[in-house]
Amino acid sequence: MSFQIKKQSTKYDVCIVGSGAGGGMAAKLLADAGFKIALLEAGPDFDPANKEQRTQLRWPWESPRRGASTTRPFGDFDMAYGGWELEGEPYTQNANTEFAWFRSRMLGGRTNHWGRISLRFGPLDFKRKDFDGKGDNWPIVYEDVKPYYDKVDKLIGVFGTKENIPNEPDGFFLPPPKPRLHELYIKKGANKAGVPMIPSRLSILTKPVNKERGACFFCNQCSRSCMAYADFSSSSVLVKPAVKTGNVDLYVNAMVREVLTNGEGEATGVSYIDKDDLRDYEIKAKVVILAASACSSARILLNSKSAQHPNGLANSSGVVGKYLHDSTGSSRMGFIPQLVDRERYNEDGVGGMHLYTPWWLNDSKDLGFTRGYHIEYWGGMSMPAYGFGFNTQALKEITGDTSRNAYGTGLKKDVKKFYGATFGMAGRGESIPRKENYCEIDSNTVDKYGIPVLKFNYSWSDEEVKQARHMQDTFEEVMHNMGAVPLGDKPGKEKNYGLENPGKIIHEVGTTRMGKDPKSSVVNEFNQAHDVPNLFVMDGGPFVSQADKNPTWTILALAWRATDYLTEQLKKGNL
Amino acid sequence: MDRRESLKALVLGGVGSSLFLSSCVTDKKSPIAAGDIIEEREGYGRTPAEEERDEDLYSETFFSEEEMATISILSDIIIPEDEESVSATEAGVPEFIEFIVKDIPEHQIPMRGGLMWINRESNKRFEAAFNEISKENQMEIIDNMAYPRAFEENSPGPVFFRNIRNLVVTGYFTSEPGFKYLDYRGNTPNVWDGVPAHVLEKHGMKYDEDLLKVAMDPVTRNEVMDWNKYEV
Repeated sequence: MSFQIKKQSTKYDVCIVGSGAGGGMAAKLLADAGFKIALLEAGPDFDPANKEQRTQLRWPWESPRRGASTTRPFGDFDMAYGGWELEGEPYTQNANTEFAWFRSRMLGGRTNHWGRISLRFGPLDFKRKDFDGKGDNWPIVYEDVKPYYDKVDKLIGVFGTKENIPNEPDGFFLPPPKPRLHELYIKKGANKAGVPMIPSRLSILTKPVNKERGACFFCNQCSRSCMAYADFSSSSVLVKPAVKTGNVDLYVNAMVREVLTNGEGEATGVSYIDKDDLRDYEIKAKVVILAASACSSARILLNSKSAQHPNGLANSSGVVGKYLHDSTGSSRMGFIPQLVDRERYNEDGVGGMHLYTPWWLNDSKDLGFTRGYHIEYWGGMSMPAYGFGFNTQALKEITGDTSRNAYGTGLKKDVKKFYGATFGMAGRGESIPRKENYCEIDSNTVDKYGIPVLKFNYSWSDEEVKQARHMQDTFEEVMHNMGAVPLGDKPGKEKNYGLENPGKIIHEVGTTRMGKDPKSSVVNEFNQAHDVPNLFVMDGGPFVSQADKNPTWTILALAWRATDYLTEQLKKGNL
Repeated sequence: MDRRESLKALVLGGVGSSLFLSSCVTDKKSPIAAGDIIEEREGYGRTPAEEERDEDLYSETFFSEEEMATISILSDIIIPEDEESVSATEAGVPEFIEFIVKDIPEHQIPMRGGLMWINRESNKRFEAAFNEISKENQMEIIDNMAYPRAFEENSPGPVFFRNIRNLVVTGYFTSEPGFKYLDYRGNTPNVWDGVPAHVLEKHGMKYDEDLLKVAMDPVTRNEVMDWNKYEV
């Protein structure tokens, strides 16, 4: 499916950098509208149905390391080429910063392995400053985005249930799968503790939405990317049909160095390095869309310096790279004694939880922190991989059984008996975007292509730490109420209550934020750069704040909204 | 057999040659269909760099023959053959341990040091290497490591034993015979229609009536969603 040109004289209508959610959406819509598109991806072509690349439905013993995370951070079968560190492509940190930057270099990018949690931002999420005075409001309201969320739901597919929760808007939902057993146990405890649990909202096809994609066959492996295209990944769902129109030239292994401009401050295209021959190429286009991920797009802009743009392109405000923020995360594992020696059946279900907890305390004013979190759950009879069976004795002792089977048939039986009885809870919360958290160009360091790299500066504030403490207290309360036993020690103050380092949740956004005022924002409400009208940013960069919701569904909706606007401008001849 | 061929053979070692898919997958548009056989002849979805790394690891040998013999003895003590399933060596556990210490080098010193410790202990007590002493004498050393007295828990023998036990157990339960013994049922196309009724009942659980009304229906699940009838 890839169509590669090394050198060309075509002038494209639109050049899109990045094939993830935002870039894929723009490519699909613009190709359908008949525009000529150059789509650039820094990694290789990818198709989960390609035998050479497929990891779905593989067994642990097909991997000599049994799926261990030695080369891929989430294990051998996870479908993300890349990780926290890329060979020859470093990033640096200021003192006291421990930002973790996950990059996936492949067609479709990180949408091939993401959790498919597809939550709409609610009315409150666009206007948090109005309620707590912190951060900034978005320049748009929920009603502006709602029609696009509706379209994304119908085009791509998301299951869920209508719940009428004010800040968790319902959408066009496919039918949800029934909960698993451990989820029913958790729900009992959660409800006793006053914590709601509702069917999750995942972009997985429990019914097809068109004839090109199959229905889910319940292997629980969305993180491996689906060969039936029954879950959302940008490459399978958006880029594939876009390329089929014949209007898209796909350039893979194309690492973009900078956006090119003319003397009038307009973008004229991009310069990229072909990773195969390590030579520089240029692509000319009327419009450039950056969708390389929040930090990569900021890096490209900051590296696009010229006499007219001495601080980097689209950066007269100086806020490119600023207001970087990731979701908070803190988690705990537990053990359900009632599930010891449980009956076997195929419990895979969809890839991810069937029930989750949306934030339930919007009306509480006395928490000590002002932004919410949702809770994700895992557990059950999942497929063993490297690490399975370590320390079964500890579980045994929890049940009051002090006998010891250090080896032999008894040990084997113990491992079998305790299989499927552990579970986990993970809070994912909203952090407050701050100007002091940013990425910038490290002028002393280049990557192996000679491109200056990013340097991160990021710290959590008291708000996020207190939120993590609340998560931990909630986890224990729910576990107590469901008759489960929390495992390990509860992370206390000295460990920031288990709060993960920034970047770890892989929801980093905010680096090219949108706003009405060109002095304090990079793009307008249609993702169009204030300084450069024919330049758009359509990844997570334009987020003003990111709610406690996973960003992908909003990236898609905003990219659709921006592309509608862009199409109109192109048709009017304004660009 | 050249190096790449032998690598292939190793990668495929123990893998069933085909994967039969259940008849639940009926969607013609899906690349897999009822009765399809997916040939397992293409590695396991590595990138070229990952493949090269695997090949490098396969071309190296970490443990000596003597060390491997000790690992095999220990593996089969930790997971022996019994009426229900095969032994650790038959499930390929020593080969897995040889690979994983090259793959995760942090294992190397503790494993090698532990094997040294065992031989020293064996020489001290029985004046011969561990592999050469009687089964009875071997078990004496093992029992001291496996069931240490409280004050010895963090001494070299017991620590080593816990480490190798973890590797043996994980290697066993991620092997094909291990899956059979565990009675693992997943990783195959199917239609999830909830927890089996008798299991729900046994745990005193039941599904919410409201949820049942909207939950996925196995009968209509392959029909393309019709949004015209949908009200938000």
